[in-house]
Amino acid sequence: MDKFVKLTSSAIPLPIENVDTDQIIPARFLKATSRDGFGENLFRDWRFQKDGSPNEDFVLNKTIYQGSILVAGDNFGCGSSREHAAWAIHDYGFKVVVSSFFADIFKGNALNNGVLPVQVSPEYLKKLLTEVEKEPNTQIEVDLEAQKITIVHTGVSSDFEINSYKKTCLINGYDDIDFLISNKAEIEAFENA
Amino acid sequence: MSEDKRLDVIDDYDTLNMKKTLFDKVWDAHVVKEVKDGPQVLYIDKHLIHEVTSPQAFAELEQRGIPVFRPDQIVATADHNTPTVDQHLPVKDVLSRNQLAQLTENCKKNNITLYGLGHKYNGIVHVMAPELGFTQPGMTMVCGDSHTSTHGAFGTIAFGIGTSQVAQVFASQCLLLQKPKSLRVSVNGTLKPGVLPKDVILYIISKLGTNAGTGYFCEYAGNVFEEMSMEGRMTVCNMSIEMGARGGMIAPDETTFEYVKGREFAPKGDEFDKKVAYWKTLPTDEGAIFDKEYHFDAADIEPMITYGTNPGMGIKISENIPTENNASFEKSLAYMNFQKGQSLINQKINYVFIGSCTNSRIEDFRVAANFIKGKKKADNVTAWFVPGSQQVAQQIVQEGLNHVFENAGFKLRQPGCSACLAMNDDKIPEGEYCVSTSNRNFEGRQGQGARTILASPLVAAATAIEGKIIDITKQLN
Repeated sequence: MDKFVKLTSSAIPLPIENVDTDQIIPARFLKATSRDGFGENLFRDWRFQKDGSPNEDFVLNKTIYQGSILVAGDNFGCGSSREHAAWAIHDYGFKVVVSSFFADIFKGNALNNGVLPVQVSPEYLKKLLTEVEKEPNTQIEVDLEAQKITIVHTGVSSDFEINSYKKTCLINGYDDIDFLISNKAEIEAFENA
Repeated sequence: MSEDKRLDVIDDYDTLNMKKTLFDKVWDAHVVKEVKDGPQVLYIDKHLIHEVTSPQAFAELEQRGIPVFRPDQIVATADHNTPTVDQHLPVKDVLSRNQLAQLTENCKKNNITLYGLGHKYNGIVHVMAPELGFTQPGMTMVCGDSHTSTHGAFGTIAFGIGTSQVAQVFASQCLLLQKPKSLRVSVNGTLKPGVLPKDVILYIISKLGTNAGTGYFCEYAGNVFEEMSMEGRMTVCNMSIEMGARGGMIAPDETTFEYVKGREFAPKGDEFDKKVAYWKTLPTDEGAIFDKEYHFDAADIEPMITYGTNPGMGIKISENIPTENNASFEKSLAYMNFQKGQSLINQKINYVFIGSCTNSRIEDFRVAANFIKGKKKADNVTAWFVPGSQQVAQQIVQEGLNHVFENAGFKLRQPGCSACLAMNDDKIPEGEYCVSTSNRNFEGRQGQGARTILASPLVAAATAIEGKIIDITKQLN
């Protein structure tokens, strides 16, 4: 898994609430048997017209917006458990998603793929969206060690929560499988109790 | 862990006068260890898998040279992208065919039981597992599918997981998890005629919203759930995830034991009796504290429909669409091509879908058949009736419901997830409305540009007969 320590980048604003996993990656693209290439179809039906040409109104097609941070509306990632949603976001090049609320399964899936979900207050999210929409090159710093997100040019920052185990995993690029397997003796003892 | 050991733990709670919830009791009995300042290692009794969310997990294990730890505790089915016609023929779509072949190969290689396409036990994972007796009270169950919450109807901790977690369970039969908070939704009173379990859960979600349950495990309590059949309880628990809750549970009782008893893979004889003795200790203790509680009056619930693009956007069928000034709300209505304040009664509907892990069990088809009997399908309607499993399909025939449907102009299809997520060919055309018994009305969920209206099997059947949405309450009172 990719390590995540600190990142400074411009961001892409997506001020829509309840972005569900069917929008992130529609079900018809779930037929692959590998984890690669899902970025191509990230937000497929918002990003492209029916004829396959780009929808110029959608933010990912507006070249003024670049960067590896996605700033999205409340309740991001609700819906299905498909990890393909996290793979699509990762494959497209996002390393951080900021929202005022994340759905549970999506949050876990993101963390298992080296994508950091940063949950901020609705007020801070609004500030962030306003800054980014006003000045697309606004730099945002996300510091996992310090659990802090900062709008660089204004210095306005916010703390965010992450559980210490997952934080260690991300900083070191560890995943849960290694940890679980190292507990096999205890798991077997539990089975036989 | 053995039943005796678990009963000892329950005895300890009593001795210490600890008030535990159903969820606490089942969760605590599955904790292998706690990581300091971190998550818990939770043991998983049953792991259900299907073709869409498992291939990458198998690949990961293979790549890392890790064997599947407990293949006997895994059950596989093919459901998400399977066709619902001509299942005896090779699957036409190449990508779907590959994914199904991959599942077959992975199961074979790892000694996992697969009920593939055409098998007499094949079906939607959340329909076939309970009906075969794999789902039992007090268990922990997972599947790479968010509607795994369905199995909570048995007093089981059941929840959806991502593919990385599927790999974790393959490797260790465990998951690393933070214990969720507890939520209880109580509904008491008498339901009105024509109000089905689907209406109860759509009502709850319309009141609480799509993220009220995020971070929580929900218990449904009250006489309304106590009086429900297992099928009804499964419909309710199925949609827990639509209010954000990872899972929903209902205390096991005689209805539960009666349902499990005698099923193919359920415990038998003395073993069954011993299990029942343990299952009876599971209901929430009186006085146990929940982190959050909601109460609703059954009499306030009416047949429900949704008008927007998330399951929380639901109204009583006779109500008008609310008027809200908010960009997301307006975007949603624009997608549906509905206006604020509009009534949906008389809205013309060309597509009806009865199926999905929410409403494709025998009771759902009985409800539909009961309404349809002696009537004719509206000419403008294309209706897909998709049983949840081969066993449900068979029972429909045994009960003669197929004749009711055929006489009315409907044709039954073969089991699968079908138009719920439109991974196969069962897609609703762009711009068309579909009254659907499934669980999600997201944009494009049933096909690109398709507009989904969620409802009960009764409302769906009535729509298929009338060719438009009618106020079903008028026919019932």
